[in-house]
Amino acid sequence: MSTVYEQLGGEAAINAAVDIFYRKVLADHYVNRFFEGVDMEKQAAKQKGFLTMVTGGPNNYTGKDMREGHKHLVKMGLNDAHFDHILCHLRSTLAELGVAQDLIDTVISVAESTRDDVLDR
Amino acid sequence: MPTIHFEGNDFFCAEDESILECMTRHGVMIPSSCQSGACQTCMIRAIEGTPTPESQQGLKDTMKAQNYFLACVCKPTEDMTIGLSVISPRQTVKLLSRDVLNESVIRLRLEEPEDFSYKAGQFINLVRPYDELTRSYSLASIPGDGFLELQVKRVADGQMSNWLFDGLTVGEEIQFFGPAGDCFYIPGAAEQPLLLVGTGTGLAPLYGILRHVLAEGHTGPVHLFHASLAAAGLYLEEELRRLAEQHEQLRYIPCVLHGDVPEGGQQGHIADLPASMLGSLSGYRAFLCGDPPIVNALRQKCFMGGVAMQDIHADPFVFSPTQEN
Ligand SMILES: Cc1cc2nc3c(=O)[nH]c(=O)nc-3n(C[C@H](O)[C@H](O)[C@H](O)COP(=O)(O)OP(=O)(O)OC[C@H]3O[C@@H](n4cnc5c(N)ncnc54)[C@H](O)[C@@H]3O)c2cc1C
Ligand code: HEM
Repeated sequence: MSTVYEQLGGEAAINAAVDIFYRKVLADHYVNRFFEGVDMEKQAAKQKGFLTMVTGGPNNYTGKDMREGHKHLVKMGLNDAHFDHILCHLRSTLAELGVAQDLIDTVISVAESTRDDVLDR
Repeated sequence: MPTIHFEGNDFFCAEDESILECMTRHGVMIPSSCQSGACQTCMIRAIEGTPTPESQQGLKDTMKAQNYFLACVCKPTEDMTIGLSVISPRQTVKLLSRDVLNESVIRLRLEEPEDFSYKAGQFINLVRPYDELTRSYSLASIPGDGFLELQVKRVADGQMSNWLFDGLTVGEEIQFFGPAGDCFYIPGAAEQPLLLVGTGTGLAPLYGILRHVLAEGHTGPVHLFHASLAAAGLYLEEELRRLAEQHEQLRYIPCVLHGDVPEGGQQGHIADLPASMLGSLSGYRAFLCGDPPIVNALRQKCFMGGVAMQDIHADPFVFSPTQEN
């Protein structure tokens, strides 16, 4: 079965999604402090990694990577509420791009499955 | 089996192996993360050889133009020399002229070395011959001018800038490395609206980019915002007004934070002015140069205002607060 990544249209679709998703995140005062890196461009590229992963595109991230990659954010206070905000932005980004509801649900469940790793517990 | 040259060593790349895998297997650790071409952590530069098309997918045009690529998805088909940057030869040139542009900015024209090639908007690293003090300065000239132009602002207690103002004499030799930088215009999309915003000598690279844009026959609207604290800090006003008269697609907007506002200008914080004047910035290509905090604020405003990340080119004039001599 093909992945959501392929059904969305692969790399090009993810590129389109990154800007929309990242704009939503930066506009959300509840979570944007986690993303305001010195280098906006590098931060945006990392979010492409995120979108590729949750849509089942080519990636080599492991649960351990997710744990390590967000540890510094957990120290900054990252918790379930922030996680829910990100899921919400992910959902509305995909909806804006016209992705079918069942595909959105698949993506959200993949993201949801990483919750304990991302929150390091 | 292609060979990868890196920092004087040769590495053999096995069949179906990416450059990242090859280097890692030989103990050369290139930072990486997703290992599938998304996160761009492993971006490196091809100094010789052509990166595969897949390995440049999703990169900015300006990075592609300089042969940057993603090591994790590049399975080379030919020998390549890779590096983090290009080592450029040191050039020695004479100072041709020095003019005053306003009370704190001068224009320097340097000889252009014969085999020198650059893109308007890039910068060079000037080296003071007697003590090797090095600082970056943007090129305000365009290829074909026959000289290299710099616009330098005097910084209080600044070692290099004060020497360029008062020490270096016309006819004397100075050295430089470069060019470098990825804030430049790539011809194409001639109808795309362009936004050029600079503070202080952030005008230097923009002046080069602007002349390149006009020479390429760009037809879309071009908005040039030049900002300073007060009108005395602006420069090249007459020249820019004249260019705007000659090119109907060009709009020149001098901006000040306080004091008298020049004709056709604006007062306010430069980070807010472009979006408040132009409304949605969706579809624009932006070039942002000068003071680092302002450039970063502009970068964010442009992105939130609708400019695609791929279309934002920025050149913050970073300096370190603690310089050893
Ligand atoms: C990519 C790039 C392009 C650049 N292009 C230009 C250009 O086209 N024109 C130009 O004039 N400059 C440009 N600069 C800045 C330039 O490289 C030097 O930083 C600047 O000229 C000061 O050098 P200096 O040796 O005179 O001062 P230094 O001796 O290095 O500094 C003296 C003191 O002033 C502080 N200082 C340095 N710069 C500033 C500043 N801008 N504002 C406030 N305080 C400062 C330092 O922290 C230090 O305390 C560019 C910088 C970069 C990174
Ligand atoms: C929904 C589940 C999540 C997944 C699957 C996920 C996945 C990822 C991935 C794959 C990366 C890129 C790592 C890299 O390539 O280096 C990343 C980076 C990042 N994530 Fe998440 N993430 C999730 C939730 C969150 C949340 C809730 C936040 C904060 C509110 C967050 C903040 C960040 C930040 C700031 C980075 C960049 C870190 C850096 O600069 O190294 N993530 N994430």
